[in-house]
Amino acid sequence: MINAWTVASIVAVVAGLVGFFTVLRGSAFVAHAVPNGSFAGAAGANLLGISTLFGLGVFSLLGALGIGLLGRRGRHDAVTALALVAMLALGSLFLSFSSEYAPEVYSLLFGEVLGIASNEVAPTAALALVCVAAIMLLYRPLLLSSVLAEVGEARGVSAFRIELCFLAVLALASTMTVPVVGTLLIFSLMIGAPAAARSFTDRPPVAMALSVAIALIIVWSAIAASYETNYPVGFFVGSVSAGVYALGRGWAAWRRGRTIQVGGGSGASPATGGGRHGGVSTIVT
Amino acid sequence: MSAVTGAIFASGFFSSEAVRVAVVVGGVVAIVSGSVGVFTVMRGQSFAGEALGDIGTTGGSGAFLAGVGPLWGIVAIDVVAAAVMELIGIQRPRGRDLATGIVLGAALGLAALLLYLESTYRNTTGAAVTILFGSVFAIAASTIPVVALLGVAALAIVAALYRPLLLSSVSTEMAAARGIPVRVVGALYLLALALAVALAAMTIGTILSTALLIGPAATALRLTRRPGLAIVVAGMIGVAAMWLGVLLAYDSFYWPPHGTGWPVSFFVVMLIFFVYLLSGLCSRAS
Repeated sequence: MINAWTVASIVAVVAGLVGFFTVLRGSAFVAHAVPNGSFAGAAGANLLGISTLFGLGVFSLLGALGIGLLGRRGRHDAVTALALVAMLALGSLFLSFSSEYAPEVYSLLFGEVLGIASNEVAPTAALALVCVAAIMLLYRPLLLSSVLAEVGEARGVSAFRIELCFLAVLALASTMTVPVVGTLLIFSLMIGAPAAARSFTDRPPVAMALSVAIALIIVWSAIAASYETNYPVGFFVGSVSAGVYALGRGWAAWRRGRTIQVGGGSGASPATGGGRHGGVSTIVT
Repeated sequence: MSAVTGAIFASGFFSSEAVRVAVVVGGVVAIVSGSVGVFTVMRGQSFAGEALGDIGTTGGSGAFLAGVGPLWGIVAIDVVAAAVMELIGIQRPRGRDLATGIVLGAALGLAALLLYLESTYRNTTGAAVTILFGSVFAIAASTIPVVALLGVAALAIVAALYRPLLLSSVSTEMAAARGIPVRVVGALYLLALALAVALAAMTIGTILSTALLIGPAATALRLTRRPGLAIVVAGMIGVAAMWLGVLLAYDSFYWPPHGTGWPVSFFVVMLIFFVYLLSGLCSRAS
């Protein structure tokens, strides 16, 4: 139980940080495709009898870099979809070769936080440290390139190089989280928590901190609820994430309504309709 | 001559009932997916197309648990999911992936719960794998009329909307300036997408559904700039990949490791992927 809490908290911190940039860059599809596709690596590693973590790492890195390179010339989302299905197709081939793997697919997809062994804590923590360090190191160029790509280019920040770096961090994050919590949990956390956080604040550092805090709350409440009810953790993470996002949207709409009232409908409110994207990206659009 | 055909078509290929159903259903699905997919790629909604396939898993396992046919579960949940995506804001380029992601996360969470309940009360652990990966050789012949009906419905929506849909996919502003109700057109298109993906996910599995939706369409749009022609080319690529994949999978029964056969989805996806890469070389050369 202590292991589950520790590992889930580590995962939440990484998901909150990496997820902030995922949402900022509009890379939700890649954040879904890389962990999901890397499952083929686990199936392949199982077939060859080598470490699952190694297989996951190789496939998520290859997938992420493949998306980055091919996406340069083609339509980014179509390339992501094709890379994902290519990896999944390889996975289904590996699965068809080994007969005993089927039940483990479930745990890879939906995770088994409550069944984490104590020898899994150290590698997860180590990979998490690398992820956090990479995000801290890349923070300024990544933020600039995500929000104002042209200004970044003018200042010598190559958008393409930053994209590849970010994809590598994403691959690393999914490698460490998939065997522990499954592809589903990491995706919900990476999207739901930061998207909600951005409804509450426009300032990037505050939004990042808030995103981590929300991710931690989601994970902790999900583990507690799962422990009480015996239902899978993934269910609670998925539904709580969506609920928090709905709350954030509601808050943003309420605050906007108030601004219009106070300002006497001076036309200062965004006329685009729907949710806010935070001050930084409002400049872009 | 017969030696050559014997080497290409393993014995019993033409007399097999499973192969015949796979060829018919696979062909219909490939044509519908290819046509709908051209607009999916043009509108940049590949993620929505992929997500609706995954979300179909939730409906399928829900229907399985309730004891009704998986088809209606998949169709129902995909239509509902598409409506929620529309409400959250899939029509704005910046909010597009986010809207899809939030719905996908919630639906997958529900899938986790349903699959858990399934394995607890019905004792079927393989259900997740069956629904996710599907198999063309396991389609019942009785589903052909339903497949045709859903396919026609999806194609009819796209055909009825053709011109306004095309214009609003190329330029939202221009379409709006011409008085096209862009949001209504977008919502109706999302409905067609949900039907097409539900149809594909039900028959050939989530992986192939995405591959047939995006791959042929993205390839066709690289080869030609004319949308009408792109739809025809996408349909042809999809059908060719599907049929060749079925043939290879049937033949692979005699390949090592013996007696299992390689999955159809592997062949079809690889064919589509290589055709896409090749088309990149062609368009670069010209």
